[in-house]
Amino acid sequence: MVAIAAALAMGLLFGVGLIISGMTDPANVKGFLDVFGQWRPQLMAVLGVGMMVTWLLYVLARRMTRTLAGTQFHWPHSTAIDKPLVLGAALFGAGWALAGYCPGPALVAAGALNPVAMVFVVAMLAGGLIQRAMGK
Amino acid sequence: MLDAAWISWRNAATGGALIGLASGGLMLFNGRIAGISGIFHRAVEGSREGWRWAFLLGLVASGLGMRTFVAAEIIASNPTLYSYLTAIAAGLLVGFGTRMGSGCTSGHGICGQARLSLRSLVAVLVFLASGIAVTAVMRLTGTL
Repeated sequence: MVAIAAALAMGLLFGVGLIISGMTDPANVKGFLDVFGQWRPQLMAVLGVGMMVTWLLYVLARRMTRTLAGTQFHWPHSTAIDKPLVLGAALFGAGWALAGYCPGPALVAAGALNPVAMVFVVAMLAGGLIQRAMGK
Repeated sequence: MLDAAWISWRNAATGGALIGLASGGLMLFNGRIAGISGIFHRAVEGSREGWRWAFLLGLVASGLGMRTFVAAEIIASNPTLYSYLTAIAAGLLVGFGTRMGSGCTSGHGICGQARLSLRSLVAVLVFLASGIAVTAVMRLTGTL
């Protein structure tokens, strides 16, 4: 129960962070990726600060044997730099630029009843299922 | 009320800090990486793990809750047929790509960098390069 409540709270907090940061407005994302045009680098601070705060809390987490909810930690093990990683990231980047949405902001904007984001989320679901059907 | 001028370094950094608290918090409380594409794909593919659905519900609810404060930026004012077609193509690419590459801006971007993962660094550099390249092409073809 603690774990479920915590996950809900973290989802809410993550979403509010995305909204305040400007990530849920596709215009900001497009401006950020428009390096050779009218570049707006502000979103770098989202990654930079987000990463540093996460790193600090990860340092804390690594010194614990159990989570605050009493469950196990699930740290990723994969270190492979392979074709699926690179090709997948390249396809993701293309879609991110095309619509100005990555998965988190799309879900938040869909929650705000933005019809374009709702369509995007359904297509994202379909894209994942197609990838699964193609194996690997 | 936030307006179109909200994309400032301060807002980006403040939002980033909240995202960091949420990402770190999901590890401290749930022992999980806050990789939104992974959480999403696993959930819709039938995972019974409640924390995934709870986290996604929180994300969606934040949008619904903030709806009154954020006006036009989140609620597209007049979507065109073109914006819907673009959303379909882009959504397919993002869904396919994030599942294939095991992560997006949150999992590889925020969490992967916080773990100092070389694998995630490669993913971030590739999706940034790809996004910048596609944006440049869109600018050249007048579709940006």
